[in-house]
Amino acid sequence: MTIGKVLFAAGALIAAATMPLAAQSGTYRPPRIAGKPDLNGIWQTMNEANFDLEGHIARPAMALRDGPYGPVPAAPVVALGAVGAVPPSLGVVEGGEIPYKPEALAKKKENQKNWLALDPEIRCYLPGVPRATYIPQPFRIFQNATQFFITYQFAGAVRNIYMKDPGPPPVDSWMGQSVGHWDGDTLVVDVTGFNDSTWFDRAGNYHSDALHVVERYTRTSPDVIAYEATITDPNVFTRPWKISMPLYRRQEKNEQLLDFKCVEFVEELMYGPYRKKPLGP
Amino acid sequence: MRKLFVAFTGAAAMAALLMSTSVPAAAQSDKTETKKYSPPRLPDGHPDLQGTYDLATITPVERAQGSPLVLTKEAALKLETQRAAQRERADAPSDANRSAPPKGGDGSVGAAGNVGGYNSGWLDPGSTFTVVNGEKRASLIVDPADGRVPPMTDAARKRMMGGFARQTSDAGERADPGLETAPGAYDDPERRPLGERCLLGFGSTSGPPALPDYFYNNLHQIVQTPDAIMILTEMVHDARTVRMNAQHLPKQFRFWLGDSIGHWDGDTLVVDTTNFTDKTRFRGSTEDLHVIERFTRTSAESLLYQFTVDDPKTWTKPWTGEYTWPATNAHIYEYACHEANYALKDILKGARLREKEQAEKGATKE
Repeated sequence: MTIGKVLFAAGALIAAATMPLAAQSGTYRPPRIAGKPDLNGIWQTMNEANFDLEGHIARPAMALRDGPYGPVPAAPVVALGAVGAVPPSLGVVEGGEIPYKPEALAKKKENQKNWLALDPEIRCYLPGVPRATYIPQPFRIFQNATQFFITYQFAGAVRNIYMKDPGPPPVDSWMGQSVGHWDGDTLVVDVTGFNDSTWFDRAGNYHSDALHVVERYTRTSPDVIAYEATITDPNVFTRPWKISMPLYRRQEKNEQLLDFKCVEFVEELMYGPYRKKPLGP
Repeated sequence: MRKLFVAFTGAAAMAALLMSTSVPAAAQSDKTETKKYSPPRLPDGHPDLQGTYDLATITPVERAQGSPLVLTKEAALKLETQRAAQRERADAPSDANRSAPPKGGDGSVGAAGNVGGYNSGWLDPGSTFTVVNGEKRASLIVDPADGRVPPMTDAARKRMMGGFARQTSDAGERADPGLETAPGAYDDPERRPLGERCLLGFGSTSGPPALPDYFYNNLHQIVQTPDAIMILTEMVHDARTVRMNAQHLPKQFRFWLGDSIGHWDGDTLVVDTTNFTDKTRFRGSTEDLHVIERFTRTSAESLLYQFTVDDPKTWTKPWTGEYTWPATNAHIYEYACHEANYALKDILKGARLREKEQAEKGATKE
């Protein structure tokens, strides 16, 4: 079996995989802050979206090479064994597949092949949106009548959700500029002003600086927020597409975000060769 | 608009005379009221401390030996006017026909002396002395009364003589003249200042204690909920969460900015921070650093920020400072430091190249 077959064999399975989460809200009425649902707290996804937004069967590693009888882990990740393998997922993309333009799909595949060199997560770069949401670490929402702010444990990323539109973003950024408003009981966040440097996942799914993300946060139970993100980027995709997933409240007593300043952890990767006495491979 | 981050040059220490600016929008008021002011309140009844604040001030942490805490209005105005004039000179257009600087720099310390760094237009070091209780202050430190950080303990002095002395969270952007002579200063990334590594903003901007960095990017934002209060530092987007009415985590949980818990003392937010990493090293402190901060709204446009710093392993007694945080309408933009930190690699590469050249010349290795 070739690498390509492994990566895309699951495509047919996933059309029905994503659940219409917003529809599950039923008659639940969340507690209120200034008349709007209270989304305060520490939340985290529980899925495989950060490995690959699209449905996929398990594979031996993120970085693969062809072995004599099928794909095997690439040399730099062999030592990780099962820890480096990719868990399977039915996918979080509505309709199953991301609607790439043909030339953009070729670049996505190239990204995937060069994952170790190119994935910004590996270098602890700010994760962008929506990836910050489903990078498998918790984030905290601070909400009151006028403010909405999210701090992410991964890389200490932050987002100030402007509840009053400050106008067009003056400069592109990794996390974009977020402007929120309430659509009934759903917080809608319009995110623009992205640079082209973040990815959506470890599978090389990417975007250009024309990216526009619209997120919807709907609290459907005391411990669940239904999350959706609609992604538009005419440079890369043939049409807007949507991902959806639940955000779960972390249940641990005294749960809080801890330090994950990974900048320090990637210094050996990025600067190790320039030590006076390199530590070697 | 605030100055956006420009990748560190490492050699971009700026001359002190650039440390001046024109009067900002949120100019400090001489009429700071602390007596009968009734702050706006949130639904939980506590004062609303929220907003964006510009911590820039020209009041230094310490003041000259023997000088008073309070500047006369005339003295303050004279110094502020001098700074403004310096700033105006620094902001003047440069001569397009000037010749190139000498190869390797002109030998002087700072940006003009080596490869060049920030033009004055990039800087935002503050333009006025901080005003507390209507007084123009000559130092942030109010205790000890002489406005000086107390003497270090003998043990701390010995520690500071060690090889990692420069790696402190308060190291300023100006601290590196660009050509350090300390042995091994360029051997490893871990030897470089925390700001240069994009681990923390320089000058203890994040704190705690959060200090003016006397350079740029002095904005902080506070978002307040009953259970947790978030204090964002513009530089390196460091967000500190103050857990209200909570207990400190066990000692094995360490944070670059410490573990902050808070409670209300009347209308003052009191934040107690411990559990620092042994790498934060505020002014050479140990991981036993203990900081108590007090945030009090003093007007619609300002907070009073007070801090007490204690570490018996570092200082012979605790010390306390205070200054006003003026509110601003400025927006905080993304300070993506690490993502554009080409300089750290180039600084190390440059050192390796220099060693190679020196070896080839048969010169003595450093």
